[in-house]
Amino acid sequence: MSQHTLPELPYPYDALEPFISRQIMELHHKKHHQTYVNALNAAEQAYAKASTPKERIALQAALKFNGGGHINHSLFWKNLAPSKSEGKGNGGVIADGALKNAITQTFGSFENFQQQFTTATLGIQGSGWGWLGVDPKTGRLEITTTANQDPLLTSVPLVGVDIWEHAFYLQYLNVKADYLKAIWSVINWEEAEKRFTEATSGARL
Amino acid sequence: MFAIARSAVRSRASAARFSLTATAASIHTLPKLDYAYDALEPHISGEIMQLHHTKHHQTYVNGLNAAEEAYAKTETPKERIKLQAALKFNGGGHINHSLFWKNLAPTNAGGGALEAGPLKEAIDRDFGSFDKLKEKMNATTAAIQGSGWGWLGYNNATKKLEIVTTANQDPLLTGLTGMPRRTAHAPIIGIDIWEHAFYLQYKNVKPDYLKAIWNVVNFKEAEKRLVEATQ
Repeated sequence: MSQHTLPELPYPYDALEPFISRQIMELHHKKHHQTYVNALNAAEQAYAKASTPKERIALQAALKFNGGGHINHSLFWKNLAPSKSEGKGNGGVIADGALKNAITQTFGSFENFQQQFTTATLGIQGSGWGWLGVDPKTGRLEITTTANQDPLLTSVPLVGVDIWEHAFYLQYLNVKADYLKAIWSVINWEEAEKRFTEATSGARL
Repeated sequence: MFAIARSAVRSRASAARFSLTATAASIHTLPKLDYAYDALEPHISGEIMQLHHTKHHQTYVNGLNAAEEAYAKTETPKERIKLQAALKFNGGGHINHSLFWKNLAPTNAGGGALEAGPLKEAIDRDFGSFDKLKEKMNATTAAIQGSGWGWLGYNNATKKLEIVTTANQDPLLTGLTGMPRRTAHAPIIGIDIWEHAFYLQYKNVKPDYLKAIWNVVNFKEAEKRLVEATQ
């Protein structure tokens, strides 16, 4: 049976500094995400051996939580990039194009979008994720949140921000708002545009 | 502070009615710790205690006061419904942390020392031994999928101590015991497993935090709560 593996980061651990510290990136990738991968593999192995509904039901929570954790973090590493403002990459800059237009049309301005996204993500009561997603049928953008490691299912994820405390605490302590301000500098809008184009290209699934 | 837990356990509805329909908004305040910020070291660092108390708990207090002030001004059901999430989250956060500070104590003030008495008897009776309780409670708490609390609770229906968990800042009123059945529990010992409770010191290694915290659990306070719950 094929095993899930921890995907490599597309950049070094310190590449997102000063916005996200090397220490956080190392722990987040090598410990937290790795734990979701290991536990997902264990849960799937156990599921393959399950022979009764009761046994399968008992594994649902582990499959959901670790499957979601693996998906969410795999998407997350790709939707970050070293920042343009530090001269390290293209992170933080949204090029003119279909996605930028859609954001401006939907939210009034890019700044309004950022504000709404930040407010929604700050409002999560516990652990979870803030998302910008697109409805592939209508092309409508939505800002939404998911709890714990629930993946985004109501729309196609374009940008996700991890607001579990392990994502920022070592650097930003309790000041979530500073983390959310900083992370804009390392959002990979090229990746977000790619996902937007793919989702809205009218492909019949 | 125990009065808050008691009223929360016995009658959520009447407690809510008291605080929310008062014409003057009730002002909650951050309770002081009974010990210095570094008094729980090396088990919980002074840095964590200070942030946890002055920032995280304070934020729940401020959020609760703001929500209750807004509630006092509401005129329609729609407006009140909108405030439910803030009242639940910040109210729970305030109760949970108020109980938490009291169920910790420095080792030179009895922290970590479970002495002979009704609590020890109940633990031996319901778990076999203190070590077995710790093992089970740590495993259950570590397995919470997200933020939340691990509790040793007293189940008044079964007359037993049980390990239950609550999500986010939900207080212990009805605990999930692993069976599809909810029963009311009185909180005896609570362990905060939100990452802010341990990350600066223990990073991702939750089990080390859970092992360490037993050195500073205030068993005298826990016993007081059990005795009151069983009266």
